[in-house]
Amino acid sequence: MSLGSLKRAVFVACVLPVLWLVGRGFTDDLGANPIEEVTHQTGIWTFRFLLATLAITPLRYLTAWSRFVPLRRMVGLFTFFYACLHFLTYGVDYWFFDLDAILDDVINRPYITAGFTGFVLLIPLAVTSTHAMVRRLGGRRWQQLHRLVYFSAGAGAAHFLWQTKIDLRRPGIYVGCLALLFGIRLWERFGSRWLSKVTR
Amino acid sequence: MLIQPPPDIASSEITEERIFLNRREFIHTAAGATLGVATGGLALGKDAEAMSLGQEEIPNVQPGPFGTDEPKNSFEDITSYNNYYEFGLDKRDPSRNAHTLTTSPWTIRVDGHVAKPADYHIEDLLKGIPLEERVYRLRCVEAWSMVIPWVGFPLSTLINRFQPTSKAKYVEFTTVLRLSEMPGARRPVLDWPYVEGLRMDEAMHPLTILAVGLYGKTLLNQNGAPIRLVVPWKYGFKSIKSIVRMRFTADQPRTAWNKATPNEYGFFANVNPTVNHPRWSQRSERRIGRFFRQPTLMFNGYDDQVASLYNGMDLRRFF
Repeated sequence: MSLGSLKRAVFVACVLPVLWLVGRGFTDDLGANPIEEVTHQTGIWTFRFLLATLAITPLRYLTAWSRFVPLRRMVGLFTFFYACLHFLTYGVDYWFFDLDAILDDVINRPYITAGFTGFVLLIPLAVTSTHAMVRRLGGRRWQQLHRLVYFSAGAGAAHFLWQTKIDLRRPGIYVGCLALLFGIRLWERFGSRWLSKVTR
Repeated sequence: MLIQPPPDIASSEITEERIFLNRREFIHTAAGATLGVATGGLALGKDAEAMSLGQEEIPNVQPGPFGTDEPKNSFEDITSYNNYYEFGLDKRDPSRNAHTLTTSPWTIRVDGHVAKPADYHIEDLLKGIPLEERVYRLRCVEAWSMVIPWVGFPLSTLINRFQPTSKAKYVEFTTVLRLSEMPGARRPVLDWPYVEGLRMDEAMHPLTILAVGLYGKTLLNQNGAPIRLVVPWKYGFKSIKSIVRMRFTADQPRTAWNKATPNEYGFFANVNPTVNHPRWSQRSERRIGRFFRQPTLMFNGYDDQVASLYNGMDLRRFF
């Protein structure tokens, strides 16, 4: 498969979750509390896309398979897209952005504080995702800026864990995957140094 | 709030449940036999469907003294969006899984500080008790709410019959626990069985009912068949489902959610928009079926009736 058709295929795959959600909306399949369902679904898909974006580099480390690297920008932007939908649903839910209620939440509810932080941290990444911005910032500075994604992911993980009522199994699996991806990166960066230290 | 006079129907006028069930059975059989001749297997299929739904029309339901004229939630919403963790954690799980629960025969153990402790058959307990419709708001601690037309009777009617002693300060309720019939209870999400409790004055309050039906029909399992508590001024988790035990105690019962996370779920759990859940706001709620959230009312709008129960109590401390 050429890069072009791979990109097109991945694009379609990335749009499917939102189309599926819209379809469920039109067929009255969102249950008794549709806004809650849309909030949950857009939230979980944001986290899945975040995991997919963050999996591309570790995949290259482990398999020397760099096919997906050119797709990272697109998958990353879809993460932002689903995060926007998630935030919009929340905003609309609160009487079309009742700022007092939202501010109260952002300040006083740790899980909302974390989620909001994770979302805000994605904004500069989305804004600087174009080739022109990479050139303007310079590769090194651009890369430094884009390390924000790790903080955003950490905030997202806290958001997921803290909003769970009692059963941490499901968020635990997602956050476990994130920790694994972080671990592979850390190993790649520091592992050999650490290994040479202990084996010497 | 629509206040209606209490029903003045004599208990002698009310057909005993066992008799009306028998009568229904007779009608069913007779109708089935007649129809069966005419339509072959078709009538049988219909009957089987009705039985799998486990629902029976409840006759002679009188309007109760308390109610609301707010629009009621649909039967579909009330029976498909449930928290009943013994059948799974997702809101749709109970409606998918609860059909496995056997609700007949059903006995309720009554013990503790009570003059008449016994294992009571539910039919014997309900004998002669007039059933009323009570349209109540139900506010879940998760900040959603519904309006539900329950069929039931005041809990005080039963308590008076059991004759609790002066030592009885609380009532503790227990939900049935059958691992073979309750897939969600195989995981230790909560310390099973589910336990809830009320202070005696809360239990005796005229708003507190035991429900055996909704929308004029017997309860479906996901709503707590065959008998459940409904305490409309408290968060929904207090209204314990499928009760198999009532124990009268001197000490405050250790309730399931309170044991799981004591800083999040108190014993009293009165609906209170000024005391937030540690993780989320309780200022507003979404009425299921409506698009926008609405403000949450003190004691779920029943403050005129129940506020006096908590005079002098710090509701921030006793949340």
